[in-house]
Parts: sequence; C-alpha cells; structure tokens
Amino acid sequence: MKTDYTTNTADHANHLNEARSKKEGVRPITELDPDISVEEAYKIQLHTIERNVQSGQRITGKKIGLTSKVMQEALGVDEPDYGHLLDGMQVKNGGTISLDRVLQPKVEGEIAFILKRDLEGPGVTALDVLKATDAVVPALEIIDSRIKDWKITLADTVADNASSGLYLLGEIPTKIEDIDLKQMGMALYKNGILQNTGVGAAALGDPARCVAWLANKLSRYGITLKAGEVILSGALSSAVEAGPGDHFYAKFAGLEEVRVSFDEYEER
Amino acid sequence: MDKNKIKALAEYVHNAEKDKKEILKITADLHPSLSIDEAYLVQEELIRQKLEDGHQIIGPKMGITSEAKMKQMDVDDPIYGYVFDNMIVEEGDSISISDYIHPKVEPEIGFILGKDLEGPGVTTLDVLRATEHVFPAIEIIDSRYENFNFTLPDVIADNTSAAGAVFGTYLRKPEELELDVVGVTLSINGEVQSLGAGAAVLDHPAKSIARLANMLSKKGEKVKAGQPILSGGITAAVRLSPGDFVSAKYGGLGDVSFFVKE
Repeated sequence: MKTDYTTNTADHANHLNEARSKKEGVRPITELDPDISVEEAYKIQLHTIERNVQSGQRITGKKIGLTSKVMQEALGVDEPDYGHLLDGMQVKNGGTISLDRVLQPKVEGEIAFILKRDLEGPGVTALDVLKATDAVVPALEIIDSRIKDWKITLADTVADNASSGLYLLGEIPTKIEDIDLKQMGMALYKNGILQNTGVGAAALGDPARCVAWLANKLSRYGITLKAGEVILSGALSSAVEAGPGDHFYAKFAGLEEVRVSFDEYEER
Repeated sequence: MDKNKIKALAEYVHNAEKDKKEILKITADLHPSLSIDEAYLVQEELIRQKLEDGHQIIGPKMGITSEAKMKQMDVDDPIYGYVFDNMIVEEGDSISISDYIHPKVEPEIGFILGKDLEGPGVTTLDVLRATEHVFPAIEIIDSRYENFNFTLPDVIADNTSAAGAVFGTYLRKPEELELDVVGVTLSINGEVQSLGAGAAVLDHPAKSIARLANMLSKKGEKVKAGQPILSGGITAAVRLSPGDFVSAKYGGLGDVSFFVKE
C-alpha cells in the first residue's frame, strides 16, 4: 500500500529506530511532538513496517493491544490498538531469547487466532470471526517498548507498533468448537512462581470480539485480514517484566503449555 | 489469655455480627497483642456460642489464599473459618443488604470430599483423590471490622469474615477439569468486575484443602467427608449494593447467581 508520509512521519520512525540501534529507550514521540494524533501514529507504524518488508521481512499477522479494562483505563482510551507481526519476531515455543533482541521486555499470555478465510470489515461480528477461524493456539507475547521506561501514551505505543517485541505460538491447533474461549482460564508463571491468572473474557469480554474490532478498524484503511494470518487477540492478564535468565510458562485450560526463556548474559 | 478474656472477645465480634454493626478491630484497643493461636481460640469460642444459639456448621472455608494477600498480610499460611446454616443463600434467591454490614463477594470453587482427610502430610493429590465433587460457589464476606481494616489475628477471631455462601448446583468430578485453569468472571448487572483462574488459590484450589487438613490436624481435627468446603476467593472481592444482580461464571463448571435488594 502507498502511504502519504510527511517528513515528520519518517523522522519519528527514525527516532524510534534509534532505540533499536542504540539498544536504549528513547524519549516519547509525544514529548517531541505533543500534537501528534493517533492517525499520524499509525502512519509512523506503517512506515517502519513497510521498511521492514522492503528489507525482506514478511508480515505474518497482527496483534491487538489495550484490550483489558485496566490497560484502557491506564492510558485513558476506550478502544484497543493494533500492531503488525513480522516473521522476524517469531520465537519457537520453548525457545530462548537472546538479550540483544529486546530492550525492556514483558510477557503476556494470549490466544492466537489463525484464519482460514479473509475477514473484511466493516460490520464483522465475533461470530463472523469464529466462522473464519481455522484454529486457535496458545501464545506468549513478549511486548517491548522503544520508549524509555515505558512512558507511553496511546500515540506513542501505536507509533511503536503497539509495543510489539517477539511472539511465540503453541504447535497444537484447537478448533473453535472444542473450546470455551470466554471462560478459558490462564495462569502465568515466572521461574516457577505464579505471577497472575486470567480468563478469555479479560480481552474485551471475548477474544473473538477483539479480532472483530481489528477487522473493522482495518477496513478504514482498506486492509483485509487474510486467511493464514496469525492474530494475537490481547493479553488475558497483566504483563510481567522479564529479565536475564528468567523462564516463563503459561497454562491455558484445554490447550498446551507455552514457554520461553531469556538468556542469562548478553552475547558478545 | 484467660478464659474470660477469650469469651469477652468472642462476644465482642459475635454481637457485632448479630447487631450488624461494625466494630474497631480487637488489636486496636481491646487486645493489641492478640496472637494467631489466641485468635483461633476466640474463633472456637465464637463457634461454640453460635452452636449454643442453635446454628449448625455447614462446612469450613479458607481465606487469605492468594500469594498477593498472604504477602500483604505478611503470613505464610492461609486461614480458615466456618460457614453456618443461617449463612446459606439459595442460588437465584435474593439477599437483603440490611442483613449485612458492608458485604463483598468472591467467586470460589467448592469441594465435597468422599472420605475424611486427616493431616499432617496431606498433599494436593490426596485431596483430588478424596474429592467426590467440585462445584461453583460465591462467598459473601462481611468483616465485622470498620472498613475491612484488620490484622490477621483480628480476621481469624471474626470467623474469617464469613457471612454467606451461595452454592451452585453444577457438580463435576475433579478429574473432569483442570482446576487451576478454570477461568472465572464475576459480573454485577452483566458487567465483569473481576476475573481470574483457579491457580489464584495457592496455585491450585485442591492445595487449599490440603493446607486446611494439615492446619486442622494440629488441633486433632480432620476435614470431613460430605461437607461443602470453600477453597478461597479466585478474584478480588467486589462490594455489593442494593439492586445488584451478582453472577459468576466458571469455565467448565457452570455459574452461580443471586440478587441483592434493600
């Protein structure tokens, strides 16, 4: 797609990219440019994604953020946001993440939808989503922020690809009719100690509703959710900070466990 | 602490419960040094008084079962109290807010054992093997203390804030469910107020029953077969108001609801 970028869009995208190259969080974009709108922030996000695609990465799907009441209240918003998933962001279930791939990571347990049919808004309902879903798998999302100390407003996180970092998926697909997504419980452990628990309904009342929101939101930009895309539907409990040597796993009712570790030392 | 003091303290909280009037915590003024062991003596005396008044014990209930709450209270053990027959609310019925001081609700998983469990050394697996059924439940807690402001000994002496229990009728065998990932939502008038999963209770609700059996064994008591047991709140407690329709849903374990009127 072609996007009409202003100079600022590229500048702001470059600003966020500095965090990646310097491996240090940068100042919030909203501090540099207090008037920036959420629409402009999405343009910054798209600019970075297009550059990644030009350099050979592939878009594997989307992620939905700010799906819980707590997070929406914290940022003073009444709708979620979304970001893009790239193949370079995927980690194998049970894998270990080297510390140079992350800045200030946090881990969340989520449900990932894998579509078998395209979903084109507007007017997509949760039932439409379920009908178009091939399967769900459990997922861990490693969220990250290029903004120093996670000092983000809505526009900051949107510009920063909805604070995406890395993600991993379970390998065993489950059909939508074999699971009660809304009442599916989840427990998130770090180094063997329970951190928090959640339930499917934590994501806008129903993870499928989050995907419907995304399909409808994207339709405003002429984008369709494609068959085969992976959609991370939103955290089921609050994000947990990850540090060197930490090991995480999440248990989901009726689904397999997903796990990930972080390297103990930065590789030289 | 002598017998008269124990009796006086039990009467203090018992009267607050009967009069539906909040009181200052025991450790504020009456007996600042109240220990956990002394608090359980006060609870025993309170229970004796309730039995004397003609009430019956329905079953035990667990409290302070989340890591967060245990940390907040700076303790290593959960606590227990007892649900009485006059606290039972039938599913779908109404309660009157005026029968309580400042009630809150918590969704829980209930256990019914097929055989007695006697500690010490009872494990989570022992509990699962001894469990005949699990069922959904809502506990109504109503601390007799001002603003739910209490120390651990205070709440033990107050029968762990026990005030009501709504037992659901969706009975399941424990092996039919993964109890630690039963997802729970608590809604008031259709809006989700709090949520969580079974693991919020000591990593596994059955572990809570094991801890109960092991704690009771110190007094030479056991957890009895056939009694409904409340294993501990899965989500944060939510305050009730008149006009509320309270509904809790449990993944694979049905739901429970009731009304609140003036």
